[in-house]
Amino acid sequence: MQMSLPQPEPNADSLPYWQAAREGRLLVRRCTACGERHFMPRHLCPSCWSDRLEWVESEGTGRVESYSIVHRAPTAAFAAVAPYVIALIDLDEGPRVFANVVGDDAFEVAIGDRVRVTFEDRGNGAMIPQFARVKR
Amino acid sequence: MGNAMSLKNKVAIVGVGESDIGKVPSMSGLGLNAQAAKRALDDAGLKVSDIDGLLTAYSFTEPYTMLGSSLCEYLGLQPIVCASMVAGGASPGIMLRHAAQTVALGLADTVLVCAGENRATGLGRDAAVAVLAQVGHPQFEQLYGGLIPGYYAMIARRHMYEYGTTREQLAAVAVNTRAHALLHPNAHMKTPITVEQVLSSKPIADPLRMLDCCLVSDSAGAFIVTSAERALDLRHAPAYLLGIGEKHTHEHLMCAPSLSDFGATQSGRIAYEMAGVGPADIDVAELYDCFTIVPIIELEELGFVPHGDGGAFFEAGHARIGGKLPINTHGGMLSHAHAGAAGGLFGIVEAVRQLRGGEGERQVRGAKLALVHNEGGILSSHCTLILSNQKG
Ligand SMILES: [Zn+2]
Repeated sequence: MQMSLPQPEPNADSLPYWQAAREGRLLVRRCTACGERHFMPRHLCPSCWSDRLEWVESEGTGRVESYSIVHRAPTAAFAAVAPYVIALIDLDEGPRVFANVVGDDAFEVAIGDRVRVTFEDRGNGAMIPQFARVKR
Repeated sequence: MGNAMSLKNKVAIVGVGESDIGKVPSMSGLGLNAQAAKRALDDAGLKVSDIDGLLTAYSFTEPYTMLGSSLCEYLGLQPIVCASMVAGGASPGIMLRHAAQTVALGLADTVLVCAGENRATGLGRDAAVAVLAQVGHPQFEQLYGGLIPGYYAMIARRHMYEYGTTREQLAAVAVNTRAHALLHPNAHMKTPITVEQVLSSKPIADPLRMLDCCLVSDSAGAFIVTSAERALDLRHAPAYLLGIGEKHTHEHLMCAPSLSDFGATQSGRIAYEMAGVGPADIDVAELYDCFTIVPIIELEELGFVPHGDGGAFFEAGHARIGGKLPINTHGGMLSHAHAGAAGGLFGIVEAVRQLRGGEGERQVRGAKLALVHNEGGILSSHCTLILSNQKG
């Protein structure tokens, strides 16, 4: 049986993020009081607790801070695509995100690699941010 | 820390117990807790009626909504203090702190702390992996195939990048710990391993392999906390609590303030200050070891060695019984047992036993000060505690 990879399940904090992703745009939260940008969208700014937040579009470029090649997947759906790369990526605007590194050269990933966002189709219009290494 | 009343010398651990460990299909999770609790009670020389407080953690296998109440009900206890505390692997240390406060303030006299579950046979390996996958953030981690070994693998990869920690040094942690487990009569693992075996074990999440990962056991552990005064009248020499500290920085690794500085530095500092001792005074350390990278980082953050030197310390054999600082003398979660919050609790059990003396080949000679470190999540929640067989 072919198991499909999971789709995003937005909540009230993240709905605009996932809606933008469907259009191929990567959003982060920005605090209009202190200027801090954060990822994992919240109701208030985790730096200053202001609730005056806005959504801003990220350039989608960043750097790999760490990664792992996963061989023993947590679910049957991911086992079907293993091995795959998970990574923590610092966007150039500041926030750190978690995603897969994808592409033909994904297994050559190293800490410090430049990466750029790309969007993966998870079906029914759901697109999720992923990252690919920037070719030198 | 403000002007908090110090918990130093106020309470002691007077009884410890372990359930049967390994694959124990004949027992439920609550049954394992009951067995560990009964053994701790017998060890202390107390009666059931002496217990007026109970703290426990959580169970994936038997997810009762009110686990503390469910366990009291199962045990026939009607205490005046009861709670279920959920801070992952840090729960046992945190439960000790709450038990200590409770006793020190006179809110209860004798608190039973227990945790564990039948994770090996009640859940099964595949189901355990699937349940543990739910630990990842539902929207931003599970979507990408995130998994606990993967998060720790990224921490290990970062440590290797920053400090030159080697794959062989990680393996040395597993080998060291297994050697200690072979000296423990109740340890899950009973055969020796080599560095080569660790390096060739099944890849899980690069750079971590199967033998870098903790066990999945059926097991529960328990300890009993009472006042320092009351402790003098009981069966064994008391293990006094000299210092205890916590630090909480995040839950999901993507939100951690750093990939190389975690909360153990500060939880350790609070514990050392309360105890009035430093790393050089510690005789034996029981460090949380869900993955081989973790005790390396804790060794560094707790001030035993400079950042980056933890791997070499294990590789040189300094963490062996008889070495500079024996670590995980019972075999840790890598080789003794791991089942939910029981993993870190066994570190506390072992510290108490080492301080009493008489553990034969496993005994750290003349151990007077023991440090235990528990961490939960992905190096998210930390608790460090210092115990001694003498008041500080
Ligand atoms: Zn702000």
